[in-house]
Amino acid sequence: MKPKLAFYWCASCGGCEVAILDLNEALLDLVEKADIVFWPCAMDFKRSDVEKMGDNHIDFSFINGAIRTSEDVEMADLLRKKSKHVVAFGSCSCFGGIPGLANLSSKKEMLERIYDTESTEERAVFPSVKFEFDGEILTLPEFLDEAKPLEEVIKVDYFIPGCPPQTEQTLEALDSLLNGRSDKKVFASAKSVCEECPRQKEDKKLSTIKRIYEIQDDGRCLLEQGIPCLGPATAGGCGARCVKANYPCTGCNGPTQEAIDQGARMIASLASALGIEDEEKMEEKKVDELIDEIIDPVGTFYKFSLPKSILKKRWRDLDKSKTIGGRS
Amino acid sequence: MVFEPKILAFLCNWCSYAGADLAGVSRFQYPPNVLPIRVMCSSRVSPEHIFQAFDQGADGVFVAGCHPGDCHYINGNYKTLRKVKLTKKMLEQIGINPKRLRLEWISSVEGVKFAEVVREMTEELKELGPIER
Ligand code: SF4
Ligand code: SF4
Ligand code: FES
Repeated sequence: MKPKLAFYWCASCGGCEVAILDLNEALLDLVEKADIVFWPCAMDFKRSDVEKMGDNHIDFSFINGAIRTSEDVEMADLLRKKSKHVVAFGSCSCFGGIPGLANLSSKKEMLERIYDTESTEERAVFPSVKFEFDGEILTLPEFLDEAKPLEEVIKVDYFIPGCPPQTEQTLEALDSLLNGRSDKKVFASAKSVCEECPRQKEDKKLSTIKRIYEIQDDGRCLLEQGIPCLGPATAGGCGARCVKANYPCTGCNGPTQEAIDQGARMIASLASALGIEDEEKMEEKKVDELIDEIIDPVGTFYKFSLPKSILKKRWRDLDKSKTIGGRS
Repeated sequence: MVFEPKILAFLCNWCSYAGADLAGVSRFQYPPNVLPIRVMCSSRVSPEHIFQAFDQGADGVFVAGCHPGDCHYINGNYKTLRKVKLTKKMLEQIGINPKRLRLEWISSVEGVKFAEVVREMTEELKELGPIER
């Protein structure tokens, strides 16, 4: 019997769905080898179709997107129940991804920004989860307090990171999963992007931080040219394709295997790579100036992994000291 | 009840740990709020350790290393300085008061300084109150 596959999206941009279509001809091979039993983005399936299935009916459910609403949680639970294996597909599902950066704001702040500012026609009308109209009850999923990776709500068997996952990565994963020889749990390299990167490394210290348009690219390591490249903190497996296209790695493949926290690992790497003249004098002012050149450390170093990091979201500690006037 | 902050201190083996030891054998008084961890060099402390400390309930993290020029691994403390400054910046963006992280250079003869810094930090953290998620 052909294995059964499901594809579902939670809080996602749709890019991961396109990544499946990007398999091109290989997609035709895939439908030869497997039956797609649920894929609401591309085919007409309803939630009730899944509800009718028996437990473990689906062989592999590929779920992309972060967990952001109560509906995402319900669908993840449902697909978990109906599937033998669940695959977190793409960086949002694996680490929270770009939607995870919303964890820097609270739910209240976000709703106020959207529904209660100068730009809103009717101020302070917030969406409610239940609404009666003409004797009918209309409902909406609840917007949760924070964005989470899939693993925080259900057990996940396999991870395919990437924003979106590279075609080669997806094909390799599909091939080994469908043939029952998946020795991997995470379909990324155990080594960092730097190991796959062809650029020349000279172990030179960078004394200033630059933006990509400010350099005359000479083919050397981008980090050594002053560009914050996330290669050292990021798992390879993508073939370092951004760096090969002269763009710094932004970290979409998530932390390397031995790093617990991608952003923390990156600031450690950056601290070692930075250097100033006469550093023995330790002129703090000079160090401060250099550090000040890094504008948005959280947004840059946790671009894809804030909900999966150690601190996970914005803490309320500073807000408190602001109100008692204790800020440094 | 008075709030007693918990401070996790990473002390480098060659200078700062010896400094803390001196404070002890000289019987200098300092608050019992600090829990020391000995590391071979201040640069062994990674931002991951600092974040984990806060995540697991520390109200403050104190990193101490050899004075500039004195690091036994030549330039470890320079890296520590940059690392701690970057981590503070990150903490502020995450919403944790950067004052909760402190870096000091303490040599093996600076028992007095160790006691003073712990006292100061404890007072400062008492004023800030417990860390809030
Ligand atoms: S830091 Fe970036 S450019 Fe440098 S080696 Fe690593 S991936 Fe390549
Ligand atoms: S180079 Fe970095 S950002 Fe680009 S695909 Fe690879 S991991 Fe993702
Ligand atoms: S050995 Fe003390 S800071 Fe490096």
